[in-house]
Amino acid sequence: MTQPFRLENVGLINRDKKISFKFNGKNYYGYEGDTLASALIANGVHLVGRSFKYHRPRGFFGAGVDEPYAIVQLYRNGETEPNIKATEQELFDGLEATSVNCWPSVNFDIGAINNFLKIFLPAGFYYKTFMWPKSFWFKIYEPFIRKAAGLGVASIKHDKERYEHKYEYCDLLITGSGPSGLASAYAAAKNGARVILAEDKSRFGGTLLTSEVNIGNQSGKEWADGIISELKEMPNVTVKNRSQVFGYYDHNMLVMSERISDHLPKTKKFHPKQRLWYIRAKEVLISSGSIERPIVFGNNDTPGVMLSSAAKEYLKVYGVLVGKNPLIFTNNDSGYETAIEFKKNGVDPVILDTRKNPKSEIVDEAIDLGINIKFSYVVVAAQGYKKVKSADIAKISDDKEQLGVIENINCDCICVSGFWTPTIHLASQSGNKTKFKDDIDAFVPGISKQNETTLGAANGTYTLDETLKSSFETGHKLSKEITNKDNKISFPNVVEKKSTVHDKFWCVPLPKGKNYKRFLDFQNDVAVSDIEIALKEGYRSIEHVKRYTTLGMATDQGKTSNLNGLQLVSKIENKVVPAVGHTTFRPPYTPVSIGAIVGREVGKHSKPTRKSPMHSWHEKNNAVFVDAGVWLRPRYYKQDQENLFEGSKREAKNVRTNVGVCDVTTLGKIDIKGPDAAELLNRVYTNAWLKLPVGKARYGVMLREDGIVMDDGTTTRISENHYHMTTTTAQAANVLSHLEYYLQLVWPELNVNVVSSTEQWAGAAIAGPKSRDLLQKLFPNSDVSNEGLPFMGYMEGDLFGVKARIFRISFSGELAYEVNVESDNGNFMWEKIMEVGQEFKIQPYGTEALSTLRIEMGHVAGSELDGRTIPYDNSLEGLLSKKKDFIGKRSLTRKAFTADDRQKVVGVVPLDKKTSIPEGSHLVKDSNAPLPNPKLGYISASCWSVEHDNPFSLAILKDGKNMIGEKLFVMSPLKNKVIPVEIVSSHYVDPKGERVRS
Amino acid sequence: MLHIKCPHCGMRSQNEFSYGGDATIKRPELGKEVSDQEWDDFVYNRKSLRGKHWELWQHLSGCRQWIKVERDTATHEIFKTLKANQEIS
Repeated sequence: MTQPFRLENVGLINRDKKISFKFNGKNYYGYEGDTLASALIANGVHLVGRSFKYHRPRGFFGAGVDEPYAIVQLYRNGETEPNIKATEQELFDGLEATSVNCWPSVNFDIGAINNFLKIFLPAGFYYKTFMWPKSFWFKIYEPFIRKAAGLGVASIKHDKERYEHKYEYCDLLITGSGPSGLASAYAAAKNGARVILAEDKSRFGGTLLTSEVNIGNQSGKEWADGIISELKEMPNVTVKNRSQVFGYYDHNMLVMSERISDHLPKTKKFHPKQRLWYIRAKEVLISSGSIERPIVFGNNDTPGVMLSSAAKEYLKVYGVLVGKNPLIFTNNDSGYETAIEFKKNGVDPVILDTRKNPKSEIVDEAIDLGINIKFSYVVVAAQGYKKVKSADIAKISDDKEQLGVIENINCDCICVSGFWTPTIHLASQSGNKTKFKDDIDAFVPGISKQNETTLGAANGTYTLDETLKSSFETGHKLSKEITNKDNKISFPNVVEKKSTVHDKFWCVPLPKGKNYKRFLDFQNDVAVSDIEIALKEGYRSIEHVKRYTTLGMATDQGKTSNLNGLQLVSKIENKVVPAVGHTTFRPPYTPVSIGAIVGREVGKHSKPTRKSPMHSWHEKNNAVFVDAGVWLRPRYYKQDQENLFEGSKREAKNVRTNVGVCDVTTLGKIDIKGPDAAELLNRVYTNAWLKLPVGKARYGVMLREDGIVMDDGTTTRISENHYHMTTTTAQAANVLSHLEYYLQLVWPELNVNVVSSTEQWAGAAIAGPKSRDLLQKLFPNSDVSNEGLPFMGYMEGDLFGVKARIFRISFSGELAYEVNVESDNGNFMWEKIMEVGQEFKIQPYGTEALSTLRIEMGHVAGSELDGRTIPYDNSLEGLLSKKKDFIGKRSLTRKAFTADDRQKVVGVVPLDKKTSIPEGSHLVKDSNAPLPNPKLGYISASCWSVEHDNPFSLAILKDGKNMIGEKLFVMSPLKNKVIPVEIVSSHYVDPKGERVRS
Repeated sequence: MLHIKCPHCGMRSQNEFSYGGDATIKRPELGKEVSDQEWDDFVYNRKSLRGKHWELWQHLSGCRQWIKVERDTATHEIFKTLKANQEIS
């Protein structure tokens, strides 16, 4: 099988290595160095997809990042990826791709009926039609539109590929390895600057690969190759191909995606698929070049109509002819370069030049080569449906308004050049106020906001000599300022053909009686007529016109359509283009894989996992774990086939009757030292702290300045100036920041140091009537009697040779202790407790039993201290000191906080003593009241009381203090439950708190 | 992502810091009588400035120091950073 459109001996591909691939189920081959696009064109495949709205046939338009058409679904190594540009995807062995947005096939697509209905699909069609009736949106319109639209299908499988993130600093980041990028990188590198040079394609050199120039007696490509190999050898330079700098963020932070493995059949072992670079650059040199502009004419979206520069690139880089009977339609000299390349390779092109009488070296060369050139000629319309077959052409008047007699000439492709649009996206993203440059009819960067400089074609400089000169100078100057080195490099002699001015012509008028679609945006099917409708309907701001018509809103972000859209709006509005202004460029410049953005933070790695030192013991003993913030905590220890409810009930019951042990390592711990430590506590907590003796613990509540409870916990005075504070698991980090804030900014005169010691201590809570007996056996040399270690007492002890802290504090409401040892000894402590506890029938208990125990005791916790409640609401008002000021005290006098019917925590019991109450349910007076039924409160926490053997909940209830004994209803519309309940005291067990003191 | 010069550690990326609001707010002294208005101004009322703004940041993943940063809220330009104990001039 031969490749009908492949030239011999032309191009940079490796003809020794054939590569086979599949497109839409058919086998083809190409060569190493091909893109999917170049290989398909070489094989004569010109139809690759269907357009977004009208499902018109789509071919290839460009040869790189600007491609609006050739978007395919890619299959690689058992994975699939949508939205892949065939013009960017390098060919690899076994590559498979399919067309998107067509059904049942690209050749026969049912959606193409839209093309004949296009009169019904004008601008704003979706807005106008699908708004009514409203109820139709979710069920009928949206699913239909979703099915019809789309540029491929995302994989629903877990992505097994690895993506990495990298942070890098450099002196100069240079985006693009064309002439300006190479020259500036070289000059800066020679001055010793740390340089990163990024090129989005696989080959370095940009336009030097395709232009007929001579630099220092070398071809452009030879010169580029020489510079690149020298740069690669320099230790201060990082050169990256397949790397797109797509976003310019604040403080010169740029983000680049490096496609490491996308061009390979399979990612190599230990390699990522892509790497996202976060680069902080002192200076950014934007050398992103320019993108050729199309000229607008009838049916200008027919496959075979493409950018003239793309045709040249396919020819010179890939040895591929985009057609054998090409028509070149140009308003400037660039089209001639393409025509000359065709001619040199034995293909006779015809040039239509909108200019009347251009004179330049390039034009002369074309004339000398005997190329057929028609001046003052335009393409009126392309003819052919799935491929260009001919073109209607005509002479155009000098004022560009009148068309002459329409002739039809045969051609199999139309290569269009409407001059060049600088790629200003990155400059614009950085905050640069761009300006309109009249002579090139396009925007260029204006005054920089951040440290960025735009060079070469991206800055509207289109001659090589000038580009190289200014780039060498800029690279040298900027690097000199950073490194203080001044290594002059000799400037090479540049030979290029001189060109002349372009014709500011961009849109061919419609001939009388013809109604051709003339497309501006090729990916979103936005035609001239759509913009006209939008303006007729009163849209004026270019930002509104964009959104109404979707011009420039496709995945190519209007790289080839924006300027022509602006030209049209300004023409209809009778304004100049700069007055219309362009829409805002936002990152990313090109689509970026979600995987690359996420990086390694996938699944379990999306957040850190914190485990206590006793974790492996829990695992071995059938713990079922639960996420508590970033901690993993045992929820219950499963025995046989028991479920969560049964297991937690068993564990909680054992605490009430015997003794249980719970891993409380996750509690936040803060070590506080200094002569003013007591004073700090006294200001932070609502109760009094100045008289707490050494060896005693105290429960405390801390508020935010707005009076809301921030956290609670116990703090123990270890020695004269040394305290040990505990916080809830969730608030540990916030409380530390809170203390640091007051110590550093508000009361710097306090001589106190705070540091987190959460990780340093392993904690075990031993709770239950037999806990003292157990403790005595654990610490035979310590007096842990009620007198020796009273409630809220503290002592240090010796746990079989390990130093331990013993606190007599209780969360369960039982007689309880907390033992802390250094983390490394945590497992030893735990195993000793379990071993010695056997005779007391000890069982470990998890967070579910822990919750049950605290709920039925009426101890408030995170679900009540939820950032919306004040001390009164939690029945903590007894802890508010009247004698001293503390953080948040002044806020408690607010009217809402002192209202008579202020909400308060209460207990809730179902009347049938059977039905469990869902957390989050609402409390109402009358379950049959019309909606909205006034809500009196909400269920904050629910459990099955092991003491009473019936369901019990805590609730935050309006006027809670006067509601005890009331009968209300719990309503959970989500669970479709209505439960009659009685309001009781929140202290459902041991209301006098005798057990903890026993 | 901003690049903030911690007066203790040097230039660091924004993701090492956490934001702490207006740095010019002074907490009323403890025990001092304050009117409702004064208290509301301290707790709630903040200007939403466009332009230069002195604000607090904590170098959370670094030295844990609270610092004062003068930043342009519109352009993100950072003019000056101070230690917690340095007065805004």
